[in-house]
Amino acid sequence: MHMADALVSPAVGATMAVAAAAAAGYSIYKVKQEDDPKKIPEMGIMGAFVFATQMINFTIPGTGSSGHLCGGMLLTALLGPYAGFLTMIGVLSVQCLFFADGGLLALGCNIWNMAFYGCFIGALIWRFATKKGVTKGRITAAAMIGCVLTLQFGAFSVTLETLASGITALPFTTFLAVMLPIHLAIGFVEGLITTAVLCFIEDARPELLWCPEGNPALTSPGKLSRKKTFGVLAALCVVIAGGVSLLASANPDGLEWSMARLTGSTELEAAQNSVSATAESIQSATAFLPDYAFKQSDSVLGTSVSGIVGGLIVVGVLLLACYAFRFFRHKRAGH
Amino acid sequence: MGKIDSAIREIHQVDSLASRDSLLTGIAALPKLLVTLIYIVCVVSFNKYDLQGVASMIVYPLVLMIVDEIALGQTLRRLRVVLLVVCAVGIANPFFDRQIVFTIGSVAVSGGVVSMITLILKGVFTVLAGFLLVSSTPIEAICGALRQIHVPKIFVTLILLINRYIVVLLQEGHRMSQAYALRAPGQKGIEWHVWGSFIGQMLLRSMDRAQVLYESMTLRGFNGEYTGDTPEKISGSGVGYLILWSVVILALRIFPVFALAGQVFVK
Repeated sequence: MHMADALVSPAVGATMAVAAAAAAGYSIYKVKQEDDPKKIPEMGIMGAFVFATQMINFTIPGTGSSGHLCGGMLLTALLGPYAGFLTMIGVLSVQCLFFADGGLLALGCNIWNMAFYGCFIGALIWRFATKKGVTKGRITAAAMIGCVLTLQFGAFSVTLETLASGITALPFTTFLAVMLPIHLAIGFVEGLITTAVLCFIEDARPELLWCPEGNPALTSPGKLSRKKTFGVLAALCVVIAGGVSLLASANPDGLEWSMARLTGSTELEAAQNSVSATAESIQSATAFLPDYAFKQSDSVLGTSVSGIVGGLIVVGVLLLACYAFRFFRHKRAGH
Repeated sequence: MGKIDSAIREIHQVDSLASRDSLLTGIAALPKLLVTLIYIVCVVSFNKYDLQGVASMIVYPLVLMIVDEIALGQTLRRLRVVLLVVCAVGIANPFFDRQIVFTIGSVAVSGGVVSMITLILKGVFTVLAGFLLVSSTPIEAICGALRQIHVPKIFVTLILLINRYIVVLLQEGHRMSQAYALRAPGQKGIEWHVWGSFIGQMLLRSMDRAQVLYESMTLRGFNGEYTGDTPEKISGSGVGYLILWSVVILALRIFPVFALAGQVFVK
């Protein structure tokens, strides 16, 4: 479900980064409030653990294929929503930096789609299911419902973010019809693996499981109340579905919007014209392919043979310059 | 297991690249981080039909790869993940967007084909930019730069801890998977009835390791935050790097540089 930078527009990327930063800020505040210095190394190790287990393949019975753990729900059941959320951000950041799995600009989207739902919606489900104590049946119910539901939320968000960015020509319903069933299957497998692990922990070391009812800091009024969380979710859904899509369609990106505000045009015509005029005067003396262009060169592509020739020349000059730089640098180092 | 092997190899590869003595590794992390972000934002901000504009953004990764002597093979391997995702999304465009936008001879090219190629180029360039950052900057330096732009300390500490223990736990997972595979030859993955105990044992050992880690950190004066990380000083070369690349990237974003260069030779 990792989104690459190419799949998001700057407006959507920035909006989701702000939303993810707000959730991360609140989580940091809550983790600091717990005042447990042991928590930080625990979160670090658990992040590395989730990362490592994502690399292990599990055979899916009766299919011949294999799946892997995502970790959001598992982290919540062990560390709680706030520490779990921060740990997932750490995992996603390292994945993005080391493995190009998800982009830097899309990091906010990825945090929201995979960590936010997995940890906060997952926490609500876990809390509700284990209200009257932790049993294997309740663990199974919480893990299965939590994993399936949070992955569906994540897949829905990916669809919205991609469409709001204007990346795909797929109609919304078609895209959704492709995304949701795939993630239903993935969520089901993740639910099974999470259930197996949590049941094992419940047998071996039940004190490791997160029990909000046993922790007064997490059960006092106003702490992770369902009403508040759903309120924030609803507001953000409206922002993403309405605001961002409008922004994305009317102003394709922030840079063009800024240019329009500054110059009255998104294309910087005046600047282009002056540069073009200078280029034209040089051109008459240097043109070696006069009156040659592709048919419909003034199309929406905005390109012509001059663009291709120019591109090849720019790249060629750059290659020569870079290799010359490298050559002289090595020569100097040799002396 | 191949997945774990290649993950460990990639981490070591990036580590060794970042610790080389090269022109780019000598520049402070913060300017490099900012330039990478500016570049990514500019690349993705192009219109989906602006193939020429996106193509002109090749200048940044191309120059850095040559100047910093990063092998093409290493960078191309990084693209496999992102290309898969990007192609999966972009492949639908030629079917749904059939409006002809230009022709080459008798071949008509639709908007969907152009937007698909633009999307793939955007994916390739943004991944290359990210890779160039991590291959020229150690993770500790990137975390230092994150602190300089006021990313909370707890979050930076977390990234450093995850990074430090990733290889340890990957190796542990590798050993366990290998031991399982040797006892179950020809079996693909871990059987469902041992899922719980397999991961559960690993998890319990990780939790115990976290306890030992916490105790050793406490003995060294840890009180919930790393205190020894002093921010890296930004030298003149760092400022120059930031200004130069920002100007070049913004110029490539605003002006049709390729077309302007071509107009000198083609009328």
